[in-house]
Amino acid sequence: MRIPYSAALLVPRLPNRWDLLAMPLVFGVLFALAWSARQMAVPYQFGTPLPLSLDLVALPYYALRTTLRMVLALGLSLAFTLAYGNLAAKSRRAEQIMIPVLDVLQSVPILGFLSITVLWFVQLFPGRLLGPELAAIFAIFTSQAWNMTFSFYYSQKLLPSELRQVADLFRLGPWRRFWRLEVPHAVPGLVWNTMMSVSGGWFFVVAAEAITVADRTVLLPGVGSYIALAIQKRNLAAIGWAVLTMLVVIVLYDQLAFRPLVAWADKFRLELSRAEEAPTSWFLNVLCRTRWLHALARLPARSGTWLTLRLARWHGAPHWQPSLPELARPRLPSGHWLERLWTPLLALAAAASIVALAHFVLEEAPLAEVGAVFLYGFCTLLRVAVLTLLAALIWVPVGVWIGLRPRLAARVQPVTLFLSAFPANLLFPLAVIGIDRAHLNPEIWTSPLMILGTQWYILFNVIGGAAALPNDLREVAVSLGLRGWALWQRVLLPAVFPAFLTGGLTASGGAWNASVVAEVVSWGDTTLRATGIGAYIAQHTAHGDQARVVLGIAVMSLYVVLINRLFWKRLYDYAQRRLALD
Amino acid sequence: MNDNVLLELRSVGRRFHAPQRGDSLILDGIDLDVHQGEIVALVGRSGCGKSTLLRIVSGLMPPTNGTVRYRGQPVTRPVPGISMVFQSFGLFPWLSVLENVELGLEAQGVAAAERRQRALQAIDMIGLDGFESAYPRELSGGMRQRVGFARALVVNPDVLLMDEPFSALDVPTSETLRNDLLTLWLERQIPTRAILMVSHSLEEVLLMADRVVILDSNPGRIKQELPITLRHPRDEAAPAFRQLLERLYSIMTGVGSSLVAIGLGHPLPKAGATQMTGVLGAIAAGGGERSLADLADDLEMDASDLFPILEALELLDFARLSEGHVQLTPHGRGLLDADIQRRKAIFGEHLLRRVPLARHIRRVLDERPGQQAPRERFLHELEDYMSPAEAERVMTAMINWGRYAEIFEYDAGTGLLLGTDAGTLVG
Repeated sequence: MRIPYSAALLVPRLPNRWDLLAMPLVFGVLFALAWSARQMAVPYQFGTPLPLSLDLVALPYYALRTTLRMVLALGLSLAFTLAYGNLAAKSRRAEQIMIPVLDVLQSVPILGFLSITVLWFVQLFPGRLLGPELAAIFAIFTSQAWNMTFSFYYSQKLLPSELRQVADLFRLGPWRRFWRLEVPHAVPGLVWNTMMSVSGGWFFVVAAEAITVADRTVLLPGVGSYIALAIQKRNLAAIGWAVLTMLVVIVLYDQLAFRPLVAWADKFRLELSRAEEAPTSWFLNVLCRTRWLHALARLPARSGTWLTLRLARWHGAPHWQPSLPELARPRLPSGHWLERLWTPLLALAAAASIVALAHFVLEEAPLAEVGAVFLYGFCTLLRVAVLTLLAALIWVPVGVWIGLRPRLAARVQPVTLFLSAFPANLLFPLAVIGIDRAHLNPEIWTSPLMILGTQWYILFNVIGGAAALPNDLREVAVSLGLRGWALWQRVLLPAVFPAFLTGGLTASGGAWNASVVAEVVSWGDTTLRATGIGAYIAQHTAHGDQARVVLGIAVMSLYVVLINRLFWKRLYDYAQRRLALD
Repeated sequence: MNDNVLLELRSVGRRFHAPQRGDSLILDGIDLDVHQGEIVALVGRSGCGKSTLLRIVSGLMPPTNGTVRYRGQPVTRPVPGISMVFQSFGLFPWLSVLENVELGLEAQGVAAAERRQRALQAIDMIGLDGFESAYPRELSGGMRQRVGFARALVVNPDVLLMDEPFSALDVPTSETLRNDLLTLWLERQIPTRAILMVSHSLEEVLLMADRVVILDSNPGRIKQELPITLRHPRDEAAPAFRQLLERLYSIMTGVGSSLVAIGLGHPLPKAGATQMTGVLGAIAAGGGERSLADLADDLEMDASDLFPILEALELLDFARLSEGHVQLTPHGRGLLDADIQRRKAIFGEHLLRRVPLARHIRRVLDERPGQQAPRERFLHELEDYMSPAEAERVMTAMINWGRYAEIFEYDAGTGLLLGTDAGTLVG
């Protein structure tokens, strides 16, 4: 039954029973985050160990601190996304440099950023814990910001011209245009990318909480450092409790943040057709039924509108700048000096950077070592390639089998997302114990750790791809009597290939990132070391050898960029051309 | 100056920049007055720049020549008195019906309470009450365009611009919506004083407009104006209506550059080989010559869909257009009588004889040792004559024709055009 709109307007704004349910939840979370934030700025001398304990009672508090870091990093990433993405989308000249920079940043190993920035942050806030805290938050930021920004930038670029014309026709000012048109249009992509990034971020927050730099270990209170301490003390029970705590945290994150947001974002989809099955979330439903919280949530939007109206009256007329390219400020004439010099200037800056970087690195490391680093990179490349292939061989058939069963797929897909959010590095100690006891070769057997957390992306995407296979294609296959290998070769594999590429690219990118913590693993004083560029970076981070860390990171980024360009991008293009279903 | 004139267009033109051949014209020397109390319709074949003209009038796009004045003031950006309805509605999917309608008032700084009241009024007037809180995706196409109308009308525009407002809707829906709008207009329930519309359907134009402006293509110029004095409600079956329709078709057939000799950069019409054969068949079924109004009725096609096909038939010498009639040529008859393989051969022959671009591609392929050349190469050549988007469209049309006629092959994977033995140039 539809309630007439005007009647709905008249209902008094009193809290209802849904408010009673949701308010404690929402304010509880806010309070907890605020309280733990105060603990961040306590005095601290770099290198002195913090009083951490393996007490079970301390775990919830540590989990809170870990979550707080995630939340702060997310806020930072969001602000960065809106500012950077907006500028890149609107200024042609800025775009020319900002997008390639972003592309490179995306391929830099995230834990590599940490090794470089932690000393800088410590010096920025001497004698305070805020330095290492900010370094950890910055590391998480680097795991989220780049692909969120890309998502926002592409949404801006793909804004339908008709909607832009409507905004122009009704003379929406820049502020309104941004919040009414540009941001809402970006929401579905942005929310999805954000949530995937946050899922990936748990891995890095755990890794960033316990880091050894310049032979000194910084342990920030959190689940990650709890685990690090447990590893040091060979306390298996503590590891079990930490894993359990993290499971609870991720369940809460999944239920209270991820799913409500994805369900909410569905309303911003551009396609006017209704989705077969819209995502749902019980928590979002509760929030929607509340009355007071609802009103509270509208406050920022209301005050923004109020402010613009005030400003508009103040200035007499609303400031209005047309957004259409035809109406925008005329471009500089092609003979203008800035226009002619822009590209050479950029090239010059790039060349200067290369010279400075080479100088910085070669002062410390001889040329032969540079060659060795490339060789280490190749070792890691080999691991990543073999593991991605193995994961594909296992998960593609499984994913197709699940994806063709819609009800099963609907149940398994959220589970795979959950698994991909779970920080796999918590499980590394178990692997070390196993490898150590069975006297296995660490060069081979530490490798699977790299893909432990990211293999789920393959499964998730393949299930999605198989589930999207149009029913009439399946029926044609059945009526033609296709079965066995012919069915896989002609129908199933081509159908899931584009989705597999997305999963495979994410999984292999994650594996490169994980190599920094997976090629050197320890349990108490047992340390297993594999040859690879991840181990090289980890080792020199521990000794604070900045030049070699930079060298390692640069080489790894180079490998990642090359593999993306030469391998994944080509496959993508091929899939786009030949296998797209529409 | 006459007080009665709302819009005044003086030698309005629009060029686009083509790198090597200098600029090329989309619109040229448009002089047009729109008076109070009239509905003016712009018609023309595809590519005549009618939508561009509408965007220039709305202030969304500046003209490269000439001026647009609204009530004596030059229009250089959107102005409050002019509002527009879009072909694919232009609704914000994340805003409810009410919020979409309020959007137009928001930017004008109307206070929230008044905004809501006026939006509800507009929604009520356009027949959307009950749907205020719905989101666009919950609505049918017709309901969505009603939101489009409510949003355009809520700002009480003096001039309403409509860019093919009914073309995305099915026939009964567009008829209802058109009648509702006409009722509001005729009974003066809306403060709008003039409507300028672009339409692809000549019937629709004759049902609504007081004056039809026919645009020529390449470049878009005003060819003729036709006043429509039929009384409302107009009857499509009435003899006077049919006469006007025939007249309109007849003017439209004279539109477009003469086909005696076309150049390499001729914008090939968008028509498939199968469509062309189908239309030829329909002409043959009428005894080899038919009036366009009849043919359009019979095929249930709009003028904008039919004209490109006719243009293609004329280009390839399978049919001839004159004075609102189309006539089969002997070649057209021959094509119809042939079997599938023979048809392809005839089609190919005509393609090479009549279309310079086809001949050019064929020659380049023959000169090359491997009989292959990248698609990009020809695309760049076309871009000397037309915009990149148009060049892309023409190249796609050319490849479709060439593949059908087997005068060359195309590998989408490598982007290469390949020669076939069947299509080697004779003579």
